[in-house]
Amino acid sequence: MFEGILIAGFGGQGVLSTGQLLAYAGMMEDKHVAWIPSYGPEMRGGTANCGITISDQPISSPVVSEPTVLIAMNRPSLEKFEPAVVPGGLILVNSSLINIKTKRTDVRTVYMPANDLAEELGNSKVANNIILGALLELTGVVSADAVLESLKKVLPPKRHNLIPVNAEALEKGRELACKFKEKKSS
Amino acid sequence: MAKVLMKGNEALGEGAVRAGCRYFFGYPITPQSELPHYLAKRMPEVGGLYLQSESETAAANMVFGAAGAGARVMTSSSGPGISLMQEGISYIAGAELPCVIVNMIRGGPGLGNIAPAQSDYFQAVKGGGHGDYRLICLAPASVQEIIDLMQDAFDLADKYRNPVMLLADGVLGQMMEPVELGEEKIAEAPEKPWAATGRKKGGPKRLINSLYIVPEECEKHNIKLAQKYDTIRRNEQRWEEYRVDDATMILVAFGTCARICKAVVDSARNEGMAVGLIRPITVWPYPTDVITRVREKAEQFLVVEMNMGQMIEDVKLAVEGMRPVHFYGRSGGMMPVARDVFGEVKKLYNGGAA
Repeated sequence: MFEGILIAGFGGQGVLSTGQLLAYAGMMEDKHVAWIPSYGPEMRGGTANCGITISDQPISSPVVSEPTVLIAMNRPSLEKFEPAVVPGGLILVNSSLINIKTKRTDVRTVYMPANDLAEELGNSKVANNIILGALLELTGVVSADAVLESLKKVLPPKRHNLIPVNAEALEKGRELACKFKEKKSS
Repeated sequence: MAKVLMKGNEALGEGAVRAGCRYFFGYPITPQSELPHYLAKRMPEVGGLYLQSESETAAANMVFGAAGAGARVMTSSSGPGISLMQEGISYIAGAELPCVIVNMIRGGPGLGNIAPAQSDYFQAVKGGGHGDYRLICLAPASVQEIIDLMQDAFDLADKYRNPVMLLADGVLGQMMEPVELGEEKIAEAPEKPWAATGRKKGGPKRLINSLYIVPEECEKHNIKLAQKYDTIRRNEQRWEEYRVDDATMILVAFGTCARICKAVVDSARNEGMAVGLIRPITVWPYPTDVITRVREKAEQFLVVEMNMGQMIEDVKLAVEGMRPVHFYGRSGGMMPVARDVFGEVKKLYNGGAA
């Protein structure tokens, strides 16, 4: 098992914390994990991304230069990173903010209006976890239980009131991914 | 004890606190700023002192003072900041004071950039400042090893009354990995009967000094230092061997590069090539002993670094011309990719054919 996951968007979308959540969940399942942020000279409101590697083997380079999964939270991220995804990989597109389609035909692509769905859940900040829920369903890289358990560790206690809405977001993403799988198989 | 997910820079801070370090002086610079950030919060919790100095030059001299008073003390920086500290580091080495200095190397020379590099190797292991001195240099390759080596760094510094440098690169500082912290037992610094802590009514005079104005005395001091460095060379070489036993080709790499080379060794083994890796954990003293041993069986060496070829000189010194020593490097903040290193391995293994 090996997944190199790249999560990219703009600052404030929870890109780095979503990655940490995923890494934490992998650690709880006793997998080898590494998380690394981009730390280039970025301006405020600029792009942010992080790479997460989850594997049953020790991790060599933590830098995800050839992702098996790309989560694109905004358009510049999709345009910048889609060429790097390995053939047969997975691209998850936040179609609320991305009005173009991917050019790749050799990867699986799932479009999800994550921000709109998050608004429906009553909290625009959980868009990232809707996509994360889909990622879990489509790759099985870690279990949803491990992610929920990790939320308790990653969120400071005063934010634990946000766990239910995050759980709903993960579930929403999972449902969408299931529909995507059904459509593919029918 | 449960594992926690930690950034390399934070692990440096926590490792130092657990090793009994109670004083930190430093000035922020990417890619190591999370370390002072962490200690600004952590030091007061354990009754220690965190101070942001006005410059790196000042930080090195604050370390000089605290070390002279017997404290377990640390500073950290990256490339340009470490260059500014060199005067103070030379004084500390000359006065034989224990301290720990972290260099989270970034691309250079000059202002360079903030991406990971290993291009300060020469500066770290060959001197850096003026005069005839050595730093003990440790090169971790994972966040767990950072935690483990911080304790050793302070112990070695005190054991030999010598500055110790922890040499890492931006990737190790920025990445998060699971670490086992173990029980929180905080080490105590050993007794330091030489420390300048005040005469207290007629005690013996203690002087911290690097001035030997009479050349005869300064030479004597240099000989004493050289003898200490020889002892360190004999006793403190550390390295990790990975699949070297039957290897006819040996990769040599430290830090992040060694992680990449481990994957390359596995790929090579999968294709039936007898390739192994030596990962120096001390880059000074250089683990010459193991190179001398493996050069009997190994037909060639390939040194992989994130610079244009620095550690390769130490490998060549150890190989003593008995075997060819090749080089593969990326520089300026670029990292080697396993596939490219493997390509180089295959080419060399097949006698130069691609």
